[in-house]
Amino acid sequence: MTYIRPGFRHPALPKNALGYTIDYYEGSLSTLCAGCGHDSINAAIVQACWELNIEPHKVAKLSGIGCSSKSPAYFLSNSHGFNSVHGRMPSVATGANLANRELIYFGVSGDGDTASIGMGQFVHAIRRNVRMVYLVMNNGCYGLTKGQDSATADAGSKNKAGQENLFEAIDLAGLAIELGATFVAQSFSGDKQQLVPMIKAAMLHNGFALLNVISPCVTFNNNPGSTKSYDYVREHMETTALLDFVPLMREITTTYESGNIEDLVLHDGSAIRLRKLAKDWDPFDRFSSVKALQKARENGEILTGLLYINEKAPDLHSLLNTVDKPLNSLTEAELCPGREVIEKINASLR
Amino acid sequence: MNGLKINDFVVRFANVNGTGSASANALFTKAVFRMGVPVTPKNIFPSNIQGLPTWYEVRVSEKGYLGRRAGVDLMVSVNPQSIRKDYAEVKPGGYFIYDSTKPLAPEFNRSDIKHIGIPMTALCNAEFSDARQRQLFKNIVYIGALTTLFGIEMSVLERLVSEQFKGKEKLIEPNLKALNLGVNFIKENFNEPFTLRVERRDLLGDKILFSGNSACALGAIYAGATIAAWYPITPSTSVVDAFSKYAARYRIDPETGKNRYAIVQAEDELAAIGMVMGAMWNGARAFTATSGPGLSLMQEFLGLGYFAEVPTVLIDVQRTGPSTGMPTRTQQSDLLLAAYASHGDTKHPLLFPATPNECFDMTALAFDLTERLQTPVIVMTDLDLGMNDHVSEPLKWDDSRSFDRGKVLSAAQLESIYKSNNDVSVESNGLRNFHGKYGRYLDVDGDGIPYRTIAGTHVTKGAFTTRGSSRDEYAIYTEDGEAYRRNMDRLARKWETAKKLVPPPEIHISSDADKDPNTPGVVFFGTSTYAAVEALDMLAEDGIFLDSMRVRAFPFGKEFCEFIERHKKLFIIEQNRDAQFRSLVLIETGAEPDKLISVLNYDGTPITADFIYEQIKSRL
Repeated sequence: MTYIRPGFRHPALPKNALGYTIDYYEGSLSTLCAGCGHDSINAAIVQACWELNIEPHKVAKLSGIGCSSKSPAYFLSNSHGFNSVHGRMPSVATGANLANRELIYFGVSGDGDTASIGMGQFVHAIRRNVRMVYLVMNNGCYGLTKGQDSATADAGSKNKAGQENLFEAIDLAGLAIELGATFVAQSFSGDKQQLVPMIKAAMLHNGFALLNVISPCVTFNNNPGSTKSYDYVREHMETTALLDFVPLMREITTTYESGNIEDLVLHDGSAIRLRKLAKDWDPFDRFSSVKALQKARENGEILTGLLYINEKAPDLHSLLNTVDKPLNSLTEAELCPGREVIEKINASLR
Repeated sequence: MNGLKINDFVVRFANVNGTGSASANALFTKAVFRMGVPVTPKNIFPSNIQGLPTWYEVRVSEKGYLGRRAGVDLMVSVNPQSIRKDYAEVKPGGYFIYDSTKPLAPEFNRSDIKHIGIPMTALCNAEFSDARQRQLFKNIVYIGALTTLFGIEMSVLERLVSEQFKGKEKLIEPNLKALNLGVNFIKENFNEPFTLRVERRDLLGDKILFSGNSACALGAIYAGATIAAWYPITPSTSVVDAFSKYAARYRIDPETGKNRYAIVQAEDELAAIGMVMGAMWNGARAFTATSGPGLSLMQEFLGLGYFAEVPTVLIDVQRTGPSTGMPTRTQQSDLLLAAYASHGDTKHPLLFPATPNECFDMTALAFDLTERLQTPVIVMTDLDLGMNDHVSEPLKWDDSRSFDRGKVLSAAQLESIYKSNNDVSVESNGLRNFHGKYGRYLDVDGDGIPYRTIAGTHVTKGAFTTRGSSRDEYAIYTEDGEAYRRNMDRLARKWETAKKLVPPPEIHISSDADKDPNTPGVVFFGTSTYAAVEALDMLAEDGIFLDSMRVRAFPFGKEFCEFIERHKKLFIIEQNRDAQFRSLVLIETGAEPDKLISVLNYDGTPITADFIYEQIKSRL
């Protein structure tokens, strides 16, 4: 962890379209271990928000409990945050989203917070297609309680004490696709080049966006034999496609160019530009995504990149047919039927 | 006529669950109500969809007593499963009405009651060909018979039937036909004197007949709740059902046809209350409704709400515990769990409505209180109040009333905080006490209640992280013991403020009080009120005049503590085994344990006046 952050910033730091330098998007000092993958992801979030010209006060950060869930304090200090209870971030995010559909909801969770205690809420937030980013900082272990295996640890993966994990891992990305998640991607905390555009795309997606990011635990799960160590992940990463983010395209078209380049247009007109690497993989086809994931798993590879996207599915607000105006901004006149109506109701009850 | 009872008796219907008896029996209640006579129905039903015994008990009371009364004056027995028990429960001098299509077995030969056989099945089979209709209309046939026996005006029934089937007009005619089958059967076959009578009165004024759950739902509509998140559980389900019904009527944007509300059926009670907290944290008004098992699951969020100071409205419709208990029976047994929900030092304001109009008022009030106090507020009703219809004062709403959203800073107020102290021109002097920098957990007003901000309010000011872990006045995470203690002490100060904001108790001092300083007091709350009030009258008839206090909220304020302090002997009436309310009194007031005498009913049925009367009288 870094104890001191210099107050001095280079006067020539570049500004984004809103006139903010990148430090405006930073949070408080991280208290995570030095070298923690989570800090790299936080830096990628800061970078993505700065590049996207996001107004921090239009973002709400939500988390559960664990190392990962401390993260929201370490980015976007000008955003409201809600560090809730263990495994319950999805319900808090759902309620917050219902109250105000205009903010961007950025949920951060871990593998324990998501795949164990919070599994129920995780899957139901997906089913409801709550418009939010759900970023799992996935290190396969419980850091704060000193390194127990989590439900995403691969069977046979060794922990720091050399013990093998006995149980099959829960594949969060595969599960999410199965459940109808409308944006599913995987990445690695050490691959900022992939992570930053992925975060941007997720933030603009009109629905539930799962980012399952392998983020090695340097203290408890970075040992030989672990399948979530820096070395292992670097050696076994395979990628569906190289990813670029193209802000606000004028023309809303899906174009196929030579060399397998594909532009996926997002809700607001921005696009994800993909240079496909995986064969027989189509980001719009759930079946091909699941197949690609399982094939990679069979080969002992970790498939990263965008796995699946569906921009057409209605989000929770559309499903519930709520008004366009945020529910938290409706006035008393719009909400309270008043005395005349209560008298009519009384009359009907006599 | 000897033993004539006018507007003062109990009728019990013994039915089979799922046979359409509920709406027929409700018709009877409504008919008595329309005759201008106080009436109170109790649905005593099983946790079952179809097939098990279910009872509907109606008390008619000229004097206006609306509690349950022991003893059945007339039994309508149409359930062979429970017939023996039902038969035995008829009071001497009472009536036993049964389906005489098949003759009664010889052992049904009590000479102290009168038997009235009505061939309900035979009459329906002769009149209707459809099997479902034959089943349903048996219920209407006995309602017709009762109408004639009691002397209820037929026009009242006819009008009720046509109102009930408004929009389904083709059902009116067969219902009236079935009604008349019962009417005519009695006219043609029953010539004896009948001792129970309903006579028209004008005792109800502008009162209404309504259930607590529907009233809570309407309270939430009026208070501006836009989000309901819930998990189905008896007996609270009909709160959200009613909210959904009213919202569909009163919360549609006239221009777009879109909803000014959202209802989410959550995956469990944990998620339900989590959604409510997320929504209220983000500036909308939201609520959930549950019952005992759900309240158990909501503990962790209630602790978060207390410590992180997130408003939340929870309606707890109590049922018989522990564990699954008796899901369709009533109790007041969630008191301690609700009052101190979750680990660590926590406590939560509770409201105790006793009537449907109070359910309406207190649910609406709960939204103001939770936002004013920035802490979860729990409305404690029960199955009896929630699911049964009750005669109630009409609902009232003052259009000049506005929602109290509590201490929520606007962008302009945030701006003013950051201007120099002299320059502050804002309505609250408290904002000056920020000394130029907003702190989420600063107690600038001295009442323990800090100022909150909602996400998206200001571009650069007012953002903070809400958390269930310890933090300082500026919402920064800390494990500093001193900062933790300061925060806990401020929360305790807020609790003192809550005592002044919750509804005070209703206290009645008997006229005797001046003469005898030893006059005992009687303390009750919620649905025990009906029976308690009647029991006090019964005691008064014996020349025993007691003081009484109907408690309407927790924490206990000054009036409550004075009442407890002043009385040397107190009867605490409640509907649970362990005297939970008495425990609350002991914990919160430090009263002498020996002076608090419990009157406890916990068999799952609503407490009766006779029971309270006997308990108090034998221990005075």
